[in-house]
Amino acid sequence: MSGGPVGDNDLQAYIDGRLAPARAAAVEAWLAERPEEAQRVAALRQDREALKAAFGPIAAEPVPARLVAEFGRRPPQPWRRSAAAALIFAVGAAAGITGGYLLQPPPAPERRDVVRDAIGAHRVFVPEVRHPVEVAAAEEAHLVQWLSKRLGHPLKAPDLTANGFRLVGGRLLSEGSRPAALFMYENNYGHRITIHCIPEPGGAATAFQYRELDGVNAFYWIDDKLAYAVIGTVQREKLLEVAKVVYAALELK
Amino acid sequence: MTGVSALILEQVPALRRYARALTGDRERADDLVQDTLARALSRLHLWRPAASIRPWLFTIMHNLFLNERRRSSRTTPLVGEPAEPALDRADSRAVMDDLDRALGQLADDQRAAILLVGVEEMSYEDAARVLGIPIGTLMSRLSRGREQLRRLLDGDGRPRIRRVK
Repeated sequence: MSGGPVGDNDLQAYIDGRLAPARAAAVEAWLAERPEEAQRVAALRQDREALKAAFGPIAAEPVPARLVAEFGRRPPQPWRRSAAAALIFAVGAAAGITGGYLLQPPPAPERRDVVRDAIGAHRVFVPEVRHPVEVAAAEEAHLVQWLSKRLGHPLKAPDLTANGFRLVGGRLLSEGSRPAALFMYENNYGHRITIHCIPEPGGAATAFQYRELDGVNAFYWIDDKLAYAVIGTVQREKLLEVAKVVYAALELK
Repeated sequence: MTGVSALILEQVPALRRYARALTGDRERADDLVQDTLARALSRLHLWRPAASIRPWLFTIMHNLFLNERRRSSRTTPLVGEPAEPALDRADSRAVMDDLDRALGQLADDQRAAILLVGVEEMSYEDAARVLGIPIGTLMSRLSRGREQLRRLLDGDGRPRIRRVK
């Protein structure tokens, strides 16, 4: 075993996912021999996830005006492109991504900021309790057919059950003067993510890109005349996993 | 708006999240955020630009929170009743209530340690700095707090929160 006996600090850092890979492997080996301890640690890890999932979305809420009144108007662009570009690299590195498609610089700014609009739509529809979608997952075939027809492009609702998310349904959106599609998914905590498909007629294929806007994370890319965005307040790494599944699913259409 | 104001504004969503989890109450949380921002603006000259502004803001919030807790009696219930009728409560809402209830029963210092590290993803060094304690103390609060939270979530006759497989 590398690095000496496993202590409580190791276990906490393991729960937080902050151990170096070698040490994490040592802790895992240590836990493998102690089923009761392993069960306890797994439960603590789940509690940590539950807290994150429950309180994470609060950072995505609009900030009440009274809180920022003293600051005057909010800046029109709270995120900076350079910061966003740096984050793409940070995220790729943190998630151990080896795929080259992730580590390319963002393209020149678009005429319309479709990602910002998509994040806006995410904010509007995700809190809906009774009417989050126009067509529910029970009518998935109809939903996909309808949205494909309106966008003039074959779409699909990727299967995200391996990531813990099931399809809630979808709706038609308006992006500029064009129709766009939104698919909504939900996990067992009631935590929602959305996938947006936006026509991008002149758009050349781009790399995965990442943006965070007031606590909402988005991975987006352009492929085959459509811009895609995977949006949610779940952990960046988790959202990246989802985005990779979506990307792969759409590649195989 | 100055550059520093923009930096502070960027942290407001996270400050709201932390305050909400810490106090268990939306209104109290936003009051705490407002007080924190006012204090930060009045003490901007004490912030060293070389340091990250995030731990600094969270430190201010932590101290204000402790002051408020000392003023109000410890018997004040930290967690209020859920506002929405049970029928309308989504799963996420029920989970949130369970978590709020359990967090509310933790000692303040344990709750703060768990939230700073686990929800705010602060480094152990920064979290220790925010709480004004050595890192070893932070680790033991984290450990004891998480253990206690587990017992609270498991116990008191309430249904266990649902797990994602």
